[in-house]
Amino acid sequence: MRRVTFLIEKEFKQIFRNKILLRMLIAAPVLQLILLSYAANFEVKNLTIAVVDQDHTTFSQRLAGKFRHISNFHFLGYLPDAKHAHEQLLAGRADLILVVPPHFERDLYREGSSGTGQASVQLLVNAVDGSKAGIASGYASSIVQDFNADIRAENVPVVPASGQQLTVIPQYWYNPRLEYRTFMVPGVLFELLILAGALIAALNIVREKEIGTMEQLNVTPIKKYQFILGKLTPFVVIGLVQFTLGLLVAVFLFKTPFLGNLGTMYGFAFLFLLLCVGLGLLISALSDTQQQAMFAAFFFLMFFILLSGLFSSIENMPRWAQLVDTINPLQYIIAVGRNVMLKGSTFHDMQSQFLTLLGLTVAVLSLASWRYQKTV
Amino acid sequence: MNRFFAFVNKEFLHIFRDKRTLLILFGMPLLQVLLFGFALTNEIKNANIALLDNDHGVHSQQITNRLLASGYFRLQSNLRSYHDMEGAFRQGTLKMAVVFPAHFTSDYAHGRAAQVQLVGDASEQNTAISLISYATAIIRGYTAEQVPGGELTPPPMQINVLSRMVFNPELKGAFVFVPGVMALVLLLVSAMMTSVTIAREKEVGTMDVLLVSPLNQFQILFGKIVPYMLLSFINGIIIIGLGIFLLGMPLQGSLILLLAETLLFIVLALSIGLLISSIANSQLVAMFGSLIIMLMPSLFLSGFIFPIESMPQPLQLISAIIPAKYFIAIVKGIMIKGVGLSVLWPETLVLVGMVFGFILLTLRNLKPRLG
Repeated sequence: MRRVTFLIEKEFKQIFRNKILLRMLIAAPVLQLILLSYAANFEVKNLTIAVVDQDHTTFSQRLAGKFRHISNFHFLGYLPDAKHAHEQLLAGRADLILVVPPHFERDLYREGSSGTGQASVQLLVNAVDGSKAGIASGYASSIVQDFNADIRAENVPVVPASGQQLTVIPQYWYNPRLEYRTFMVPGVLFELLILAGALIAALNIVREKEIGTMEQLNVTPIKKYQFILGKLTPFVVIGLVQFTLGLLVAVFLFKTPFLGNLGTMYGFAFLFLLLCVGLGLLISALSDTQQQAMFAAFFFLMFFILLSGLFSSIENMPRWAQLVDTINPLQYIIAVGRNVMLKGSTFHDMQSQFLTLLGLTVAVLSLASWRYQKTV
Repeated sequence: MNRFFAFVNKEFLHIFRDKRTLLILFGMPLLQVLLFGFALTNEIKNANIALLDNDHGVHSQQITNRLLASGYFRLQSNLRSYHDMEGAFRQGTLKMAVVFPAHFTSDYAHGRAAQVQLVGDASEQNTAISLISYATAIIRGYTAEQVPGGELTPPPMQINVLSRMVFNPELKGAFVFVPGVMALVLLLVSAMMTSVTIAREKEVGTMDVLLVSPLNQFQILFGKIVPYMLLSFINGIIIIGLGIFLLGMPLQGSLILLLAETLLFIVLALSIGLLISSIANSQLVAMFGSLIIMLMPSLFLSGFIFPIESMPQPLQLISAIIPAKYFIAIVKGIMIKGVGLSVLWPETLVLVGMVFGFILLTLRNLKPRLG
């Protein structure tokens, strides 16, 4: 046991000696958590809209005017024709173009065969980002509908509602005000943890290999498990410090609700960190140089982060990708973080995630210790 | 000049000797682009929903069938009570619950106000919002059909909105994800490679040898850049090819311009790597720096995933120094919109400016060690 404590002491000394690294380890995750959580917002705001008015009537001007006073829209101005509109879309200066065709007002007043007037407006949407475009066109359409309701109320006598009525009542549980930060903070926190934890552990051991101190360790009476324990402990401790800082930021700065049990959360965080550092050990056991270790770590981290479910839902992925993603620890820990913090899920609720994480940790650690040969 | 080529040659030898790194270098971007290109999508399919039907009438049954037939939803369970619902949400597999109150069918059939509740798990709010809006649309469609002739006679003074999705009529997710992944992979791979190379020479002590050699600092710097530039450029071409031929990206604009901009971005990434390595005292710090400082900010602040216009003002300012932001805009411009330099010159100019800025900073950092 004394040997392990010496090893741990040595590791801590090495870490504390490297001031740049230490600063990066503590400051970078906290700073990024703060910054990135503000940035992580799928909300569509500040849409730029321009209007091509080919009608020039009171109605067309009133419709265009509606967009000037909505906070979600920035009114760019009027454009003479469709060609100019297309140019604005190409240059990315406008997100939306509303085209009001000629005879718009006249068509609305005209009595058709069914006794009602009808007209159309065209909405050109910059759809390079498809999901944003969908929301943008939805917003704009609802403003046109508003205008529609206004003019109908002014010109048409009230029609009694038809017989059958059905109201759909949406309810957003666990995040009723739909705050993106509430949803993002737990996710970003764990992404930063795995990034720091796995990478630093991977590079640390390969470094010993590269500068030759690994051979010195190999000829000492230190046993394999002692070595692994000595390497694991400091990084898990640092990870727990990072996690605590992150949690404080989440709860006090971002006011993320914390409904669940703190002990459960820490238990999961500990397991997750063990897994991260174990992954680092495994990568380092398979690499000869720091460069190799870094690229391997980069590959896994990018895969874990992008497919963690934070940026696009896992259920929407194709089946084979979901299958590949079952080995992604980030997926489970983010789900746990969200469920425990926002819903107050208990350990019992999170059993399957616990078992999966445990299984992954055991697998990674045994692979790592099997691959780590105490030979020169 | 001969000295310079000898130095470049040495760098190439270093690279080719390390077969494993070479394999990762070319295999990784390939795998990543394929994986993310196909796996990242925002189309909703088969989301798990649960049903709390206190009505068991014709209409609740038909609406449920309608929802399930849409392909967006999959019935996970039938619930008995709100209590069950909370339990199901806490386990995290359920995304939405549909609640029909008692007497729903008779209320609805007799023209009394009938209600359906859609409860979304907003701890994953994007999914919740989309699911609820899809379900609402389906239910609206159902009620419209129930009114005799309801679809045929539009209300008076009706304005129809015809939306046209310009540039991406099918709203393909690949149009967002391919340029983003391309920028991330090129940036990080290039920056990490160069950041390590100088730090490594420092660590094993060969940097001193280089510094006392007749090579001047420009030659050292460019000798380090050239081999990696070539490798990254090949990588870039592979990624573009995959995007076009496998992931269905269009190429509306000029291929030559696209390649030139890619090369510019690679040079920028390499110069960032050089700067990091000239500051860092060890490979560990260099790599940690390039990965920690660049990966997450490039992912979050470049407009790849989250719209920049929606960010708070200070963050919009920070996003202005994220190189990936400009490259993503350029790639989208050329590939999807088919615009040329006449539109993209501001972004290009920013990238060029950044290259010069980083190289100047690097030279300043290298200098004292020469003296």
